[in-house]
Amino acid sequence: MIGIIDYGMGNLFSVSKALERINVDYKLGDRPEKLENCDGYILPGVGAFPDAMKALEEHNFIHFIKEKVEAGIPVYGICLGMQLLFERSEEGGETEGLGLFPGSITRFSGRNEKGEAYKVPHMGWNELNIHQPEQAIMTDVKEDHVYFVHSYVVQTEQPSILYATADYHGEVPAIIGRDHLVASQFHPEKSGQAGMQLLENFCKVMCRQ
Amino acid sequence: MLSKRIIPCLDVKEGRVVKGIQFVDIRDAGDPVELAKVYDEQGADELVFLDISASHEGKKTMIDVVRAVASELAIPFTVGGGIRSLEDIKETLRNGADKVSLNSSAVQRPELIAEGADYFGSQCIVVAVDARFDEKEGGWRVYTHGGRTPTEWKVTDWAKEAVKLGAGEILLTSMNKDGEKTGFDLPLLQAVQNVVNVPVIASGGAGSSEHFYDVFSKVDADAALAASIFHYKETSIENVKAYLKEKGVPVR
Repeated sequence: MIGIIDYGMGNLFSVSKALERINVDYKLGDRPEKLENCDGYILPGVGAFPDAMKALEEHNFIHFIKEKVEAGIPVYGICLGMQLLFERSEEGGETEGLGLFPGSITRFSGRNEKGEAYKVPHMGWNELNIHQPEQAIMTDVKEDHVYFVHSYVVQTEQPSILYATADYHGEVPAIIGRDHLVASQFHPEKSGQAGMQLLENFCKVMCRQ
Repeated sequence: MLSKRIIPCLDVKEGRVVKGIQFVDIRDAGDPVELAKVYDEQGADELVFLDISASHEGKKTMIDVVRAVASELAIPFTVGGGIRSLEDIKETLRNGADKVSLNSSAVQRPELIAEGADYFGSQCIVVAVDARFDEKEGGWRVYTHGGRTPTEWKVTDWAKEAVKLGAGEILLTSMNKDGEKTGFDLPLLQAVQNVVNVPVIASGGAGSSEHFYDVFSKVDADAALAASIFHYKETSIENVKAYLKEKGVPVR
């Protein structure tokens, strides 16, 4: 059973339906007590970082997520749900995150090293560069295109968490992880075959569903 | 490298696709989900559903369409037409759409762009601009209500304002070129590309693979949208993409 963390900030419908397509049982819960004893958790997210942290707190999920990660239960953060796992973000003023990955979230500068303008958001299908194919979440994931849509990006000095990146005026962390905690900047449920493979790996390989 | 996107547009009325695909052997040529699947298989990078229902019931039915498409497809899609309030935006996105496209409603009340962007982030808010060239002014003017109503806005000014308010993408339709199949409106697209720093989707005028190549190579559009050329199989998404690839344009 996969628990989908419902704190009012996600496209829960699409991810739920994607799990149904790969025959994985799931439940949605807007309080920790409704999601105890799942085999793994998905933390979705669309919206602004500060609102999302506030919503996680109001729904009592902050301690819950940290506890599950510490206990070695698989957790998958999607999009904003990935960014929340870092130490802090500059979105809407400096906001503290869950601190489960080392690094911070900053806005794409919109200027490359030569000072030339580029477009923000990073929007569309971009290719994955895979750094750690041996990770369980990366099983059978190819260097395919996945769909990015974001204005804020992870900055980290810890290469060991970078499972895959994409190239958009610099290296964009795309799939990250450590131990049983994984995350992707893109929505796997909107990223074609490669995305569905990731979801399947999370549910079936990491959570043994 | 980021790919250039090819986006088919489907007009939906009372939950049914009108002017739908004529060529494939599917059970129901008016079923939005069936058609969406066909385009997905052909390599569409995204889909746009434009709700042209007039009735209140039609609007409600559109939410069912959104849910059905989100249930079956693993590519992003945008929904436009009749989205007038933050509540409409919330309902559309929560039921599985990835972006909403705002047109007349944003011109009438520009704060709607900011409300949507503040709540969901700019990446969910597309502003659709219908542009017509005005000979007297020597520039383009924004039209609303399906191109029937001229506004006070110059296209470049409105595009800048929309981005300032939080639009994450501009869907730019040339009314002069729409339906002509003589190619995209490159001067219009260039004028807008020069003043905004968000992705621009070119729309209106696609008639051949070369037209897609032109819009990507000459004005560096981020995406190109077309309807009838794909619906009536004058070419296919596969053909367009194969041509672009051969020419060195990055496609998925």
